[in-house]
Amino acid sequence: MTRERSGADILVEALTDLGVEVIFGYPGGAVLPIYDALFKQKRIRHVLVRHEQGAAHAAEGYARATGKPGVVLVTSGPGATNAVTGITDALMDSIPIVVLTGQVPTTLIGTDAFQEADTIGITRHVTKHNYLVRDPAKLGDVIHEAFYIATAGRPGPVVVDIPKDVQVASAPYRKPGVIEHKTYRPRLKADAAEIEAIVDMLAAAERPILYTGGGIINAGPGASQLLRELARISGAPVTSTLMGLGALPASSPQWLGMLGMHGTYEANMAMHGCDLMLCLGARFDDRVTGRLDAFSPGSRKIHVDIDRSSINKNVRVDLAVVGDVGLVLEDMVRVWKARQHPKPDLAAWWKRIEGWRAKKSLAFPASKQEIMPQQAIRALWRATHALNPIITTEVGQHQMWAAQHFGFEAPNKWLTSGGLGTMGYGLPAAIGAQVGNPNALVIDIAGEASIQMNIQELGTATQYRLPVKLFILNNEYMGMVRQWQDLTYGGRYSESYSESLPDFVKLAEAYGWTGLRIEKPAELEDGIARMLETDGPVLVDCRVAKLANCFPMIPSGAAHTEMLLDQAEVSGEMGDEAKALV
Amino acid sequence: MRIRTEAIERHTLSVTVDNEAGILARIAGMFTARGYNIESLTVADVTEDESVSRITIVTSGSSHVLEQIIAQLDRLVPVHKVLDLTAHGPHVERELALVKVAGAGEHRIEALRLADVYRARVVDATTGSFVFEVTGGSDKIDTFVGLMREVGLVEVARTGIVAITRGRDPA
Repeated sequence: MTRERSGADILVEALTDLGVEVIFGYPGGAVLPIYDALFKQKRIRHVLVRHEQGAAHAAEGYARATGKPGVVLVTSGPGATNAVTGITDALMDSIPIVVLTGQVPTTLIGTDAFQEADTIGITRHVTKHNYLVRDPAKLGDVIHEAFYIATAGRPGPVVVDIPKDVQVASAPYRKPGVIEHKTYRPRLKADAAEIEAIVDMLAAAERPILYTGGGIINAGPGASQLLRELARISGAPVTSTLMGLGALPASSPQWLGMLGMHGTYEANMAMHGCDLMLCLGARFDDRVTGRLDAFSPGSRKIHVDIDRSSINKNVRVDLAVVGDVGLVLEDMVRVWKARQHPKPDLAAWWKRIEGWRAKKSLAFPASKQEIMPQQAIRALWRATHALNPIITTEVGQHQMWAAQHFGFEAPNKWLTSGGLGTMGYGLPAAIGAQVGNPNALVIDIAGEASIQMNIQELGTATQYRLPVKLFILNNEYMGMVRQWQDLTYGGRYSESYSESLPDFVKLAEAYGWTGLRIEKPAELEDGIARMLETDGPVLVDCRVAKLANCFPMIPSGAAHTEMLLDQAEVSGEMGDEAKALV
Repeated sequence: MRIRTEAIERHTLSVTVDNEAGILARIAGMFTARGYNIESLTVADVTEDESVSRITIVTSGSSHVLEQIIAQLDRLVPVHKVLDLTAHGPHVERELALVKVAGAGEHRIEALRLADVYRARVVDATTGSFVFEVTGGSDKIDTFVGLMREVGLVEVARTGIVAITRGRDPA
């Protein structure tokens, strides 16, 4: 007979069986039994964050950088509600995390007890699935199922809400075998006929493009290798969404750069002018497509996605293939090679692409007095790329500049909040990535506004001696808001100035970090070198041009062909149609 | 600015789900969160061990929206199967209504006559009122309720549509 143990011990045992190495969390009344169980064991490490939102983002960063699910442990009520932004972020970007929340005892549920919140109700639509565990005998199975759901198919966040009496009560626990879920069995392999059809279409195309997304990263490093192989044998140009950067090395001659609102001219023009679009693990988001009725009008489109609901959601496609993009790529490469397809002659297509490339859409005005933010990112890339750094970002102009100007060579090295666009993501995500990769160089490229949204996590890095580097592009504005006010609202900077900024260097020092400031272009390289040679966590307050805007840009609701390439093309005011778009 | 609209179709979906706490909120919430319509929704467990429920949803939207609704339902973890009965073909749809009518004299007699024509059963009667039970498609019930308005309708309770495929095999 299986020995009975407390719910808290069952939880810890199940997590251990699942191979969990680290939990990001914050204690509180409704999780004290679990914290006591954690105290008595040595196999799972706990990282104490300073705010529960930080725990969720740290778990996301850990998951994105390691490929393993991230685990969060927070208390009931405010602990759970504080985590909601991070949970939603993980849903939008398909990041596997399991969030364990304490709950008031089952007898008090529904009585407005102290620190009670309807966590299941609140998180129902921001999770892939959630569970309230009322019976300790079911806790072990639910935990195992939660990890299965979080990681199988399209990954996402799963919440398990555990009332305090369930943590204390005793029950038997037995490690379950392989999970055969009764309802959730995502289709992973595409049909042979579908693979043949994709290969036929790709081989016959005169102007193909591979449009890749975060799905390739989620499918594991093998999928990125297969993408490189497919690009090599097909000769097709490759572009990617924000979430998919690194799947194809930025140094590849076939790489067109990121597409979409702040993508390159060549990527967007190639999307517009292609005759075959092969979308691999991306979802035709509005940031990618621009105006839908003008989106790539002359192309046949193939969409490979593990989530059927992503297909035909925004853009109608000619061939829909539901499956794991890694497995589909594997089959495609195999079929292509078996047929001994010669590499298609795409010379005319590449000639057009080179014409678009010659526009040098990422060029930016130089300045001798001020550091241009793009220049700062490029300097950071030059100084660090050989070290294979993991880069995280916050959200805004700095994020787009990082995506444009930092060349990513490998998957799992670029951690950013794409779908939800969560300011405050980058620092906790960097902490999670560093916990999962103790020897890696981890840099959060931040803005002075975003960083203040989870600035308290400086203390977490200090406590665990995590040598995270925080590189703030400080332009004293919520830059992307200010940019939109330039574009759409006649330059009326309503509340977008970062008033009363702290002295970031002193703030860093107060938290036990090293603080550095870079103010002039001439100091940039030395400053970055000092950041890199300084042990432990380092914050760099890099003062950049205050009014620089991020180009190229497709304004909201415009077509790919209506890109703005520089500041001179910006008009002062837009109509209501444009104002109503996000 | 104007908000654009597309041609709307009405479909009946049959969704089998794990009979777990919160499943109805999960489904109804998905509809509200994504801005889809629910015209009617019924739910009850349908297996011997009460582990599986059938939810019948009548919804409307453009064909594109309907395709999304089905895909979004299908990816909810506790959902076993989603069947678009309208697209599937032959199926039976029924709704039950309880209709309370009060009146005297000619109105009372007319109510009974109409009830007979619509095969509504009297399930409660007082000297001044009837409660009719009427079953059928929504159109029939709409018509019956409309007629009862003229002869003293007091109130109506309707179940919403339940539906199942015709023929021998399970869908």
